[in-house]
Amino acid sequence: MSGVLDWLTMPQTIFFLAVTGVVFLALQVSAAVFVYAERKVAAFMQQRYGPYLVGPKGLLQPIADIVKLVFKEELRPKAADGLLFAAAPVISAIAAFAAFAPVPFGASTTFFGLLPEPMPLQVADINVAVLVIFAITSMGVYGIVLAGWASNSKYSLLGGLRSSAQMISYELAYGMSLATICMIAGSLSLREIVDAQAGYYFGVIPKWNVFVLFPTGFIAFLVFGTAGVAETNRAPFDFPEAEQELVAGYHTEYSSMKFALFFLAEYINMVTAAAVTTNLFLGGWHGPLIPEAYGWIWFLIKLFVLCFVYLWLRWTLPRFRYDQLMAFGWKLLLPLATINLLVSAAGVLYFGL
Amino acid sequence: MRRGCSILGSDLILFGLFAAVAVMGSLAVIGQKNPIYSVLALILSFFGLSGLYVLLEAPFVAVVQIIIYAGAIMVLFLFVVMLLNVPREDAAEWDRTHPYYRPAPAVLGSALAAATLGLLAWAFSRTPGLGAGVADARPAASSVGQLGRVLFTDYMFAFEVTSILILIAMVGAVALARKREQ
Amino acid sequence: MVALGAVVGLGGLVISGLVGPSNPTPEKEAAYECGMPPVGDARERQSVKFYLIAMIFLLFDIEVAFLYPWAMAMRDLGWPGLLQITLFFAILVVGYAYIWRKGVLDWGPESDPDYKHAPRPGPAVIKRYRYGTRH
Repeated sequence: MSGVLDWLTMPQTIFFLAVTGVVFLALQVSAAVFVYAERKVAAFMQQRYGPYLVGPKGLLQPIADIVKLVFKEELRPKAADGLLFAAAPVISAIAAFAAFAPVPFGASTTFFGLLPEPMPLQVADINVAVLVIFAITSMGVYGIVLAGWASNSKYSLLGGLRSSAQMISYELAYGMSLATICMIAGSLSLREIVDAQAGYYFGVIPKWNVFVLFPTGFIAFLVFGTAGVAETNRAPFDFPEAEQELVAGYHTEYSSMKFALFFLAEYINMVTAAAVTTNLFLGGWHGPLIPEAYGWIWFLIKLFVLCFVYLWLRWTLPRFRYDQLMAFGWKLLLPLATINLLVSAAGVLYFGL
Repeated sequence: MRRGCSILGSDLILFGLFAAVAVMGSLAVIGQKNPIYSVLALILSFFGLSGLYVLLEAPFVAVVQIIIYAGAIMVLFLFVVMLLNVPREDAAEWDRTHPYYRPAPAVLGSALAAATLGLLAWAFSRTPGLGAGVADARPAASSVGQLGRVLFTDYMFAFEVTSILILIAMVGAVALARKREQ
Repeated sequence: MVALGAVVGLGGLVISGLVGPSNPTPEKEAAYECGMPPVGDARERQSVKFYLIAMIFLLFDIEVAFLYPWAMAMRDLGWPGLLQITLFFAILVVGYAYIWRKGVLDWGPESDPDYKHAPRPGPAVIKRYRYGTRH
């Protein structure tokens, strides 16, 4: 047992547990902030006030929402499959939290000399992190499709089926543009991919993957970003819950905490997608002016900008029609990503990058 | 998966855990009457297998196991189960196929299972270096890059043939679905 | 993270189960159908298109999975490696063109063979309608 005690009191272990805890709490808080931001941004874009009653400027609105949701009655259709009905939101939440584990958010640090060796600022430093994220993303389908099936409601089932077809369709373009960046960086580790983006071209343009082998890096960024929005089921790809057609899609029958878990998972997925995009294309924690030890500040700035773009998209673009959505994914994004991959491979070989 | 975290011979414990998940998942697949639960149990089993691959230091195979098997094939299975609308296996049919009523298939199946087990045991007895740890007998294709190098040089022909296989599968899927629609 | 996610999920369910009210009525237990009594079972047979798209996705997913080892070894393999993967894609493009031609990727009404020949108001009809000569 002393082995366990030694292991528990090692600075590295404490650091690991602390990072895990911070990330865990940060994800939850970010989801709450995101909901508030979404409502405020929506209000701003539609020239109204948004939440302003609970707390100063309505800042406590998310807390009020959570409390309300906890105290709500759980409804369950009689014909529903009880076990799966309860399992689906939990699966969604687990997948959402797990997807952030391999995402780094700052340079290695000794934490003001408290650690004997520099430790990476991330929960799990996996050398195939990119693939792990891809795998966990593909697991997100199950929460939605099971919710749709278990509810035994027509709207839910249609929403679940639709969204799973949508998610798997965009997963291909997603994986393809991911492969493009991995190929250019020559690594599957997010940390190595980020570190390869340090420095500048000609002393001014940051060496981010958006600018690499112009325009292939930028095309990969666009494809990845679009597929990311589709994967997280956000407008203009919010078919699972297309209100006008499907009431609320797969979570039509959900209420109380079960509904809250879906909501939480959706917003955490968005944060994760923004974080992965930051790491892959926008140089992660590298940026001018701020020393690398405080690189996480840059990381957060980029993250906020991307999250804002998510909100901006939602309140600007109208929803696709379903056949347009499938045609866009299969007939445009997939070929584009494939050609982009081959072209950038030729570019890497030709310029000897 | 973090380095420097291995305590109490955790590899063995983890092996037992993952193996138990895989075996229990597989048992649950055939022990279910509701096909949806069977599909979910199979996914669980795949996760167990994936964990075993991680222990074997083959992270790429582990992740691909999740992406392809749990992420793509099982979605297809789930769709098929839902689309055919078979929420529950027919109880009467289950009774008819029960070993008690139909001894011949049961005997044949058991014989096949025994033969497979025997074959496996024979293969294991002839495999050298089974007792050695994974780290000692690290395969050539442990990293993704090495795997790519081997795949695109030594196994190039097999790789290209795979694409023809995929092509045939595509055409076959479309042809079958079209016929059913008419 | 998986464990913590599970804690949040299950904990949330337990807490709301404890503090939330629970007095179900037949109306609350019915599936939502715009306020009307639900008709029939939801688990009807669905379109074969979903099955097809899952099948095609599986095949392309295998292709993407093969891509990663190549992407990692690309610099060592050089131009011959690029040629090989291009050949691999070229064979798949045949299948891609086939499913495109067969309309697997079409989801709109145009994908329905009957729709193309269905009578519909042409420009002349619409024009007449607009100027009110029809009624």
